[in-house]
Amino acid sequence: MNGLAALMSPAQASMALPSQGTLLAAEFDNLYAFILWASVISCAITIGGMIYFALKYKRRTNTDKTAYITHNTFLEFLWSFIPLVIFMVVFGWGWMIYNKMRTFPDNSLEVHVYGHQWAWDFTYKSGKKVANEFVVPVGTPVKLIMTSQDVIHSFYIPSMRIKQDVVPGRYSALGFTAEKTGDYHVFCTQYCGLNHSSMLAVMKVVSKEDYEKWLQENDEGLTLAQRGEKLYSGKSCVACHSLDGTRKVGPSWKGLYGQKDHEMEGGLKLTVDDDYLRESILLSNAKIVKSYPAGVMPVFQGQLSEEEVNALIEFIKSLK
Amino acid sequence: MSTGNPAAHSDHTHHTAHHFRDADHEFVTSKEGIWLFMVTEILMFGGLFVGYFFMHNRYPEMFAEGASHLDWRMGAFNTVVLILSSWTMALSIHFIQTGRNDKATKMLLTTIACGAIFMVVKFFEYKAKFEHGLLPGHFFHAHEFTAPNLAMYFGFYFCMTGLHGTHVLIGMGLMVWLLKRNLRGDFNEHYYTPVEGVGLFWHIVDLIWIFLFPLLYLVG
Amino acid sequence: MAAHGSNYINAEKGLASWFTTLDHKRIGLMYMISVLTFFLCGGIAALLIRGELWTPGNTLFDATVYNQVMTYHGAIMVFMVIIPGIPAILGNFLLPLHIGAKDVAFPRLNLASWYVFMTGAFLAISTLFTNKIDTGWTFYTPYSLKTSTAVVSMVFAAFIMGMSSILTGLNFIATVHKMRAPGMTMLRMPLFVWGIYSTAILQVLATPVLGITLLLIAAERLLGVGIFDPALGGDPVLFQHFFWFYSHPAVYIMILPAMGIISELITAFSRKTIFGYTAIAFSSLGIAAVSFFVWGHHMFVSGQSEVAGIIFSFLTMLVGVPTAIKMFNWLATLYKGSIQFRSPMLYAFGFLFLFVIGGVTGIMLAVIGLDVHFHDTYFVIAHFHYVMVGGTLMALMGGFYYWLPKMFGKMYNEFWARLSFVFIFVGFNVTFFPQFILGSMGMPRRYYGYLPAYQSLNQISTVGSWLIAIGFLISLYTIIQCLMSGAPAPANPWGAKTLEWTIPSPPPHDNFDVEPIVTAGPYEYR
Repeated sequence: MNGLAALMSPAQASMALPSQGTLLAAEFDNLYAFILWASVISCAITIGGMIYFALKYKRRTNTDKTAYITHNTFLEFLWSFIPLVIFMVVFGWGWMIYNKMRTFPDNSLEVHVYGHQWAWDFTYKSGKKVANEFVVPVGTPVKLIMTSQDVIHSFYIPSMRIKQDVVPGRYSALGFTAEKTGDYHVFCTQYCGLNHSSMLAVMKVVSKEDYEKWLQENDEGLTLAQRGEKLYSGKSCVACHSLDGTRKVGPSWKGLYGQKDHEMEGGLKLTVDDDYLRESILLSNAKIVKSYPAGVMPVFQGQLSEEEVNALIEFIKSLK
Repeated sequence: MSTGNPAAHSDHTHHTAHHFRDADHEFVTSKEGIWLFMVTEILMFGGLFVGYFFMHNRYPEMFAEGASHLDWRMGAFNTVVLILSSWTMALSIHFIQTGRNDKATKMLLTTIACGAIFMVVKFFEYKAKFEHGLLPGHFFHAHEFTAPNLAMYFGFYFCMTGLHGTHVLIGMGLMVWLLKRNLRGDFNEHYYTPVEGVGLFWHIVDLIWIFLFPLLYLVG
Repeated sequence: MAAHGSNYINAEKGLASWFTTLDHKRIGLMYMISVLTFFLCGGIAALLIRGELWTPGNTLFDATVYNQVMTYHGAIMVFMVIIPGIPAILGNFLLPLHIGAKDVAFPRLNLASWYVFMTGAFLAISTLFTNKIDTGWTFYTPYSLKTSTAVVSMVFAAFIMGMSSILTGLNFIATVHKMRAPGMTMLRMPLFVWGIYSTAILQVLATPVLGITLLLIAAERLLGVGIFDPALGGDPVLFQHFFWFYSHPAVYIMILPAMGIISELITAFSRKTIFGYTAIAFSSLGIAAVSFFVWGHHMFVSGQSEVAGIIFSFLTMLVGVPTAIKMFNWLATLYKGSIQFRSPMLYAFGFLFLFVIGGVTGIMLAVIGLDVHFHDTYFVIAHFHYVMVGGTLMALMGGFYYWLPKMFGKMYNEFWARLSFVFIFVGFNVTFFPQFILGSMGMPRRYYGYLPAYQSLNQISTVGSWLIAIGFLISLYTIIQCLMSGAPAPANPWGAKTLEWTIPSPPPHDNFDVEPIVTAGPYEYR
């Protein structure tokens, strides 16, 4: 993942928070700073008090007399009431921030998000579809309308301090207004199976003009292999197949095309040609490469057009 | 301790467990134990009721359609049978408390018979469902129905009545055990704790049915 | 009358006498051996997790194995260690002693509870050899409905262990209500008993809901009932409501007994009466009661209504107040006491230190606006380990070292016990404090791989896990050495005032030769 903004700006390093992507993130950080300091002080009082008493009242002889103090109503009231007040303050403050997080302006730019094992698909109102990397304009309220196609996922943008579960069978929403351009991490934060931790996305915040330009871009002018490359990430082949020879869940595509004596489970050896690749893509469980797991790769029959299959095969051919 | 009743003549005088002060201490403690257990049973069924309410609110027509396949008369009959059996169970305790163990035996047998009648009616109800393919979840294969997820209704129906029916069978088994012990002369007016305990269990099983019946058969 | 020199350990000989015992003290020891064994298994899983997370990529094994290891770590630690832990081991051993009784209300039920627990545990362990599950210990649907692993066996195992928990809780409530010695009013009971009692109420009321939830998962998988699966018209968030309705009170099942132990340790090792007995006793009940109304704070971003979220956030704040009261009351007990730094007391200090951190981070998570960022990140993992390990486990260790002389009649080596504390306490902070930072930096939980920027903190955390492991191994050595060659322990090595210290170490089979008549509270250090 080259070219991403630093995970933390120096200003945030002291509180160990990611960069502030929105104004609301800054408000979040203020509340967090308050409660962090209140906690540090509470800990200092309790732990400090504990250490102080432990040392001051250390046992001297085996017949030490201790004070017989059963209660002190005033003190007990005080240390019940003061924490309650602090709790109520942070509760109310948190409520206000939460309300802002859950308020979506009517003129929000809506993007549809589909979570599935193990990638994120984005569809814009114009019909443009992308996967794993999506673009939004700066300074514009954005609303993500999300649903899952299989199990529960969760869409988390640390720099915006927001997340929401992505649930099958219903829609959920996230809203934000990005303050600065840059690239932001997106993580899946609800355990969803094997590749939960590689279900990452990148949100690119760009100027409004760049966004409009990007929205107009389509696949014309791309070669078949380049289209195949876009499908490689768009259909999340990237989750399981590397391009550099690294063994992942599935075999690497590096140097794959043209391999002779490519061994399958059960001993069959074959040459990796167009027919084999086509069958591997569409009917993934027909043949399993030796030492790789069966039943993990999705079946793409009916999910890819002929042209898309060709594009992928051309891309694989290009990987020497 | 003799009551003039030959059946009560026995070597099985109950010995209070040594960690209790006396028989009464053991009795009240045991009763509290059974009550606590019944609370947990009510909570467990309660979870099912909550699930039922939630889904009923979501799919009211589907639930109405499911309920229309149930025969409320069979359900009502079973309700009467169970209420009757609670009464006979209470009577059996009363008879033991008043030293009439042979009448208690008759009452226990009647209660067991009521339980059996309940299960037989259940058997016919289930058989009708099986014949019409009205089975839970992925076993559902009915032919004429409207609501697409009608299988969920029958999932609830079989889980709730099945769990309840299992408890009816357990209750019947416990009563057979009580019968055996009563015939052996274990119980008398000074000691009848197990009978009281099983009686309480049976009343709760009855109570749960009294909620199940309207919920499944009538509310639809 | 017990023969002179006979105690509950040598009263009857032979393994069979243990497997058929009705003695609460022997049953407590049997739980101790089982639970510690399961703790070892869960601990190995923890070391494997931290080992794998040394690097962002494949360090020891692949993601399939990792997801299984993290699931078993959670499931074993929650269902087989921390929930049964203190009640089954120390509760069983001490409850009758603390209230002056000969045994619990239902000794046969007590033995049955152990067998039920072991049955469930064996079923759970068996899945390691059949088809290891990978759902996370929380079994969220629909993933848990679809994964082709031994979910049904595991939920049945958890159901069975839940039954054991219910029966133990039921036994303890009846015991506290009905088996107290003459003069032992509720407000003269040791605070450990109040802790066990409030826990027992939770066990009885909350666990049945988990039971039915687990049965519904099984029904969903086996029959396709459709209550949780959206493809069949069900609602996956409904599962979360059912699950957390139990699992939130469950965390109080984990901590209330621990808090009970802390009250015992602080009074004994300050030789001072507890400050605010009534407040501590009633705060246990208060925490138990409020715990039923806060489950939605695990679900702020799940899709539950925003109004519900606000209400749950508010109620969660309320549960913080009785907890704070306890903390301050314990501190006030130290004031003008006569404090001895024996190892049980070190663990009590460790508890106070770590639990307050766990508690304030709990408040942070209860603030709904903050939780949105922290939910499902390492921040949450750090929080719950601070309260469950820094809280419960510390208290359990302190309790072990406190009551070991009573249980076995032998003293342990103080140096090794203290050394164990140092490794565990330091190791714990090294392991988990960095995880607060990882979480606030955005690292999600249950992640097999992570961004390279997170690596150094992960490595620090891993080193900490090794320190914890060393600490526990030292404790294991200490206990074994104690059992084999410890010096004989007197009836009351600590000079404490609760009833168990008035009888020999180890206690006779029937506990008290003469039923005690109680005339004062349990902490009359004057």
